[in-house]
Amino acid sequence: MNKTVNQKAWFLILPVLVLVAFSAVIPLMTVVNYSVQDTFGNNQFFWAGLEWFEEMLDSERMWDALGRQLAFSAIILAIEIPLGIFVALNMPKSGFWASLCLVLMSLPLLIPWNVVGTIWQIFGRVDIGLLGHTLAAMGIDYNYTQNIYAAWITVIVMDVWHWTSLVALLAYAGLQSIPDAYYQAAKIDQASRWKVFRFIELPKIMGVLMIAILLRFMDSFMIYTEPFVVTGGGPGNATTFLSIDLVKMALGQFDLGPAAAFSIMYYLVILLISYVFYTVMTNLDKREGY
Amino acid sequence: MADTIATLRRSRRIKGSAVVMGLYLLFLLLPIYWLLMMSLKTNSEILNSFTLWPRDLTFDNYRTILTDASWYTGYLNSMAYVVMNMVISLAVALPAAYAFSRYSFLGDKHLFFWLLTNRMAPPAVFALPFFQLYSSVGLFDTHIAVALAHCLFNVPLAVWILEGFMRGVPKEIDETAYIDGYSFPRFFVQIFTPLVASGIGVTAFFLFMFSWVELLLSRTLTSVNAKPIAATMTRTVGAAGIDWGVLAAAGVLTIVPGALVIYFVRNYIAKGFALGRV
Repeated sequence: MNKTVNQKAWFLILPVLVLVAFSAVIPLMTVVNYSVQDTFGNNQFFWAGLEWFEEMLDSERMWDALGRQLAFSAIILAIEIPLGIFVALNMPKSGFWASLCLVLMSLPLLIPWNVVGTIWQIFGRVDIGLLGHTLAAMGIDYNYTQNIYAAWITVIVMDVWHWTSLVALLAYAGLQSIPDAYYQAAKIDQASRWKVFRFIELPKIMGVLMIAILLRFMDSFMIYTEPFVVTGGGPGNATTFLSIDLVKMALGQFDLGPAAAFSIMYYLVILLISYVFYTVMTNLDKREGY
Repeated sequence: MADTIATLRRSRRIKGSAVVMGLYLLFLLLPIYWLLMMSLKTNSEILNSFTLWPRDLTFDNYRTILTDASWYTGYLNSMAYVVMNMVISLAVALPAAYAFSRYSFLGDKHLFFWLLTNRMAPPAVFALPFFQLYSSVGLFDTHIAVALAHCLFNVPLAVWILEGFMRGVPKEIDETAYIDGYSFPRFFVQIFTPLVASGIGVTAFFLFMFSWVELLLSRTLTSVNAKPIAATMTRTVGAAGIDWGVLAAAGVLTIVPGALVIYFVRNYIAKGFALGRV
């Protein structure tokens, strides 16, 4: 849609601008402020320059958390994206069953994140949980509060449980928009199921798939509540991801300077990915001919 | 002959799909089933025997929550800030989304992008500055503080989703209304808003959801008076002698609001989560 140039439209944006400035810009400036200063209490601050940034870049703690974070995001993407597509391909196309599938699949998406944690905490416990109890009965040594691998597997399976439906729903929306004529043409050409997927369905859902990948990457990159409830970042620091580490540092130990420097670097990474996301979105809009 | 083979293959594929969907839905529902069953058991049954369904059906856990003030005020607090947030977000996002969908103006693309970055920003980054900001203006531990804090991600979300819906309304409608002598506020309220009513409903649902599921900010900004149900739940965990039955019942009750309206937004779920696109 070609839009009219109208500078007065700024007045319509103004309320949003004021509100978001209050809830985003001011806090962010506080963070910037802390990141370049040092304090010895009593609200006395000293200019520290880039000291905190250097300290954080040298700190093993942050790199470890970042490593764990990237590993986590990579693993869940590698599982959720193919699984989501696979589920979407198998969903009923219309009618009662399609509605039922949509509703049931959406259910995990709407559960409060801490309750997701609670559900898996209960489900995985060896003494009272269905999963933990079954695994223990099968003779598998599974205890997510002590065993690092068990903790990781629990957190990953929980995320797959929580978010695969999102990928599936997006892919499903993309598949629904493919005209029937494409499939008829493929049938005439006697294309195999794989070829239909590879040359018709996959290119057509590529746009929404990119959105799904970026959304899942972003949200997994700042995951906090679910692992916090299940493992509390443990055993040891095994499941301490970036956000958990940051909250520990900022609100637990009140290390304002390092935490602020950490925050800013974290934020810059997010900004970069947001930009990729935005570019994909606008390209998608253009292709749809808005 | 060839026809029967084709139908046979087709029906086999449909059966295969049904099996895949069945397994996937089983995987999704099993943990929820377990939570539900647990909320209906007594604690001694939970801890001492392993049963697939409650032998000794009880609603005591729910009764505890609905009668104990320290539990049910958690729900009331959550409801209060979620509704406040919904109203504020919609009120400011509606005109803004209209502007983004209809006009081009200086810096519009940058602004739109900047809004997106706030939706994507990690709440952990904002937890400490929010705490200090709201403490310094005397809003700590109030509902409005949480509602305003949640605007950080909900206002951008609302603008993006609404913009997606508003683009679907043809521009000719605006132009005709202006020619007919409608002023902008009158046109917006009387003609345009009803046209995007379903979009507003979907947006409201997502605002509700994202505010309802959030824990980090709402926990950081409250202590007693506005403590949300989510925080009430995590504080019970870790204390000696966890009351598993009550915890499970509290969990089930937090799922109810979403489960009640999910049917109405089922076709928009993907759109909402993808920020109004798709």
